[in-house]
Amino acid sequence: MPDVQSMVAEFVNKLRKRKIEGSQATAKCTVELLRSVISHQRVPHANQAAALIDAVKAVGQQLVAANPVELAVGNVVRRVLHIIREEDLSLTTAAMAGLDLLDASDDDDIDNCKGIGYPAMSAAVVAAAARSTLRPPSLQTLLEGTPESATVPYTSSSGADSESKTADKSSLTRKLKHDVIEGVNQLIQEISGCHEQIAEQAIEHIHQNEVILTLGSSRTVLEFLCAAKEKKRSFRVFVAEGAPRYQGHLLAKELVARGLQTTVITDSAVFAMISRVNMVIIGAHAVMANGGVIGPVGVNMAALAAKKHAVPFVVLAGSHKLCPLYPHNPEVLLNELRSPSELLDFGEFSDCLDFGAGSGSLQVVNPTFDYVPPNLVSLFITDTGGHNPSYMYRLIADYYSADDLVM
Amino acid sequence: MESRRNPRAVVDPKVRQVGFFTSSQPDSSSTQQQQQQTDPIPASASSPPVSTISPSGNSLSPVMIPPPRLNSSDTFPLRGAAAGASSAVSPSSFSYSNRRDFPDGSTTASPGRHSRGSFVKSSAPVASSLPGIGMDSMAAAKSSSVPASGLTTVSVVTMPPGLAEKASGMEVQSDQKKNPKSLKEKTTKAERRAIQEAQRAAKAAAKADGGKVPPGTSASVASTSVKVAKPAKPSTQKNEVSVAAGVTEKKGGPSEKDRKKDAPHPRMQYDDESRVVKAKRRAVVKQTEAKNRVELFRHLPQYEHGTQLPDLETKFFQLDPMHPAVYKVGLQYLSGDISGGNARCIAMLQAFQEVVKDYSTPPEKNLNRDMTAKISSYVSFLIECRPLSISMGNAIRFVKNRIAKLPITLSESEAKAALQSDIERFINDKIIGADMVIVKHAVTKIRDGDVLLTYGSPTAVEMILLHAHELKKKFRVLVVDSRPKLEGQLLLRRLIKRGISCTYTHINAISYIMHEVTKVFLGASSVLSNGTVYSRVGTACVAMVASAFRVPVLVCCEAYKFHERVQLDSICSNELGDPNAISKVHGREDINYLDGLTNNANLQFLNLMYDATPSDYISMIITDYGMVPPTSVPVIVREYQKEHLLV
Repeated sequence: MPDVQSMVAEFVNKLRKRKIEGSQATAKCTVELLRSVISHQRVPHANQAAALIDAVKAVGQQLVAANPVELAVGNVVRRVLHIIREEDLSLTTAAMAGLDLLDASDDDDIDNCKGIGYPAMSAAVVAAAARSTLRPPSLQTLLEGTPESATVPYTSSSGADSESKTADKSSLTRKLKHDVIEGVNQLIQEISGCHEQIAEQAIEHIHQNEVILTLGSSRTVLEFLCAAKEKKRSFRVFVAEGAPRYQGHLLAKELVARGLQTTVITDSAVFAMISRVNMVIIGAHAVMANGGVIGPVGVNMAALAAKKHAVPFVVLAGSHKLCPLYPHNPEVLLNELRSPSELLDFGEFSDCLDFGAGSGSLQVVNPTFDYVPPNLVSLFITDTGGHNPSYMYRLIADYYSADDLVM
Repeated sequence: MESRRNPRAVVDPKVRQVGFFTSSQPDSSSTQQQQQQTDPIPASASSPPVSTISPSGNSLSPVMIPPPRLNSSDTFPLRGAAAGASSAVSPSSFSYSNRRDFPDGSTTASPGRHSRGSFVKSSAPVASSLPGIGMDSMAAAKSSSVPASGLTTVSVVTMPPGLAEKASGMEVQSDQKKNPKSLKEKTTKAERRAIQEAQRAAKAAAKADGGKVPPGTSASVASTSVKVAKPAKPSTQKNEVSVAAGVTEKKGGPSEKDRKKDAPHPRMQYDDESRVVKAKRRAVVKQTEAKNRVELFRHLPQYEHGTQLPDLETKFFQLDPMHPAVYKVGLQYLSGDISGGNARCIAMLQAFQEVVKDYSTPPEKNLNRDMTAKISSYVSFLIECRPLSISMGNAIRFVKNRIAKLPITLSESEAKAALQSDIERFINDKIIGADMVIVKHAVTKIRDGDVLLTYGSPTAVEMILLHAHELKKKFRVLVVDSRPKLEGQLLLRRLIKRGISCTYTHINAISYIMHEVTKVFLGASSVLSNGTVYSRVGTACVAMVASAFRVPVLVCCEAYKFHERVQLDSICSNELGDPNAISKVHGREDINYLDGLTNNANLQFLNLMYDATPSDYISMIITDYGMVPPTSVPVIVREYQKEHLLV
């Protein structure tokens, strides 16, 4: 346990100092940390799920507080919570179904049901709910009238049943933790594999001789473009350099190394060039529930220009970037100001910073992110396929439980 | 209407030449001929009058370079055919040629009225007074009335075929007069070798192009052969295109010096290899073409930066025809010491003042013509140093116009004094005075508590801000800057020194700070007649974001920078800066990802200098004629042009 604590503390420190760059790396670190938290968590016999959830939540709150702007942390924590709830539900329903077969009116069973929080729900409905969580919603499940929230309002009731634990139950306990860790492992795989998943779709979106504009440096975009290149598409890429971090230079270097025709332009030339561009592809920092995108600074400008010239604006985002929150004033509240020294050399302007001598004051603004409202986005490409901005809220509902939205 | 809009390149020369043809009496053409032989600069010397009539004809558009006076092979046959037919009549060239034949008394009436609005009036009487071509003159008068009414049409029609074309038009036509057949036997070995060389060069160029053969390469190969052979007078070509051959034969006559002095085509397209080759041969400044270029911008010149300066320095003593003042200004352009539309324009005009001061008419030459030719050659030198801005084009037009309008009765010293004072007045009224007026207008738009955003370092806006500060208005300034020039830092420093509170940021953060902005003040390199603002690259982004945030955008621009050209995008005409400025980030040694990749064939750097802001992003243009919406620009262009020529 203490080693988990120290791991958490270390990670919190890293987040706070912004040592971890990029939402994918952050997400991966977070989920790995959570996995060890779960595996080290001693689970009581009763209500293991609640215990796990509490533990994960406690750690998650620390992590989110350490870097509230890195939304991927919160997303991953919510995903893990969702996994725990799902596994728990499927186990109980399975157990319940088994018990149902034995004796539908068993007291113990009813107790169990109450503890879960569906006292009056028939086993069939619960099973349907479980199905809906495990499978993509089909027309049938929708028609069966199981509210989507059926899986959601599952509260971890105290349910201190002093009932005798059957052997069945203790195995169930171990099984839950095992299943959860299994699920978390799957999540890790999903996060590390999202590039390939997204890149696979590249060929459907890039045609021969296309001219693509991109901005900032995103591994997803790099893989996406390279995947199309490997499929023998020939196209050229304009890369806006992305001052003051110049991540565009980095991306350009990688693209050139992979043999793509690359042209580096200044950020100011985005509007001038957009009329000759067929598609704008950017990697998101986070995707909000309303379909808005938080991306590298300068993205909004490119999106507006693309809108003006009716150029498709495509956002690539792994599912760990889907954030279930609706943004309010995201330009300011979900942003981060970096060091002014990236813009102005302090040495050159130190004489101007003399406030006493009647000279004006000087502020330097160097934000990291930019918010693109959903109406400027043409398409999201996630690892599950392409989606409209207006569909994002629904996609997000698949990944998170409504309970966890506020942590 | 339609027919004249489309084949601009073709119709214009034809028209011009026919104008000559109809009007030039045998004696006038022969004098021309004679002059052509004696004077190394015949074309440019005599062309300015044309420009005075068709307002834009002579305009040196900003972003073009010096280039070769080459007769493109495709226009030639047409031109020749037109000459043969001699049926088309152009209003502008027609009246022009008339004017030249007239005694001074009659011309002085028209000069003042050479603006478009009054054009019909001026040309009609002239035409009618010319005997023997009543039909044509009627047509001329009629067709000229169309441009006068339709603004856009005017600009299109009169768009610049350029001096070179004019010159060649004249040549064609004079050729037509005295059919040169003595030249035929001159088909020599040298000439055949020239053709071969041209083809080889074209092939090599095509190969260097990386297998990406631009459409029409084969055509350009053919044209190369024509052109390169030209000095040697190809009669082989004559069989195919007899008229063209006639022209080239004619061109065999003038010396190397002659070609050098020919005025450049103002809007040369650099994707035409043969033309580039020619341009290079003529150029004073030795420039190395950048190798790794952006495909989309092949039509614009791009040179290896840093190669010209040392070369030019060593040439200083060889360039005797270059006036030192012009030379100095050229070097300052080249090194970037002078930048900004107004500064460049004033520097150029002051250099021209020096030129005028030190000028003395060579014996047996006409002051008007010789000086215009001189100015033209200086201008082409300046273009080689850096492509002209539109404002400079307008100023040059003004100077040439003044020279052309000098009454012959004036003595040389009087003429020089008049010119100098004219130039002085242009600087004072049109540039400095205009800025004052703009400041006066714009300051009324600044209120207490305003947050003003500006982009780059526009001089007019800086004056406005300083003046508003002097008036004790309380406001804050957001200075938005962009790579690679980072001009905003200079502005920031000056504003802070004066005690104005500033916020500084990069253009990428524009959406972040636009929330707090109440007004956006922008400068402009030029305002085109469709309301498009042609300005420092990034201006369009700022204006776009501002209009997305419903913040009013005010563009400050002196009226002398207005131009009747239209432009829809920033691609067709622009200026390319040093690509290496992009790969290297000044002051950030940690950003070195692209070191060593600059010669990679897959990687290009595009350093655009200007962009075109659509008029719908602009709330208001503040100019010396007041504050107008962008839709009123064509009106100002028209009215202004009239006054401008009258000055």
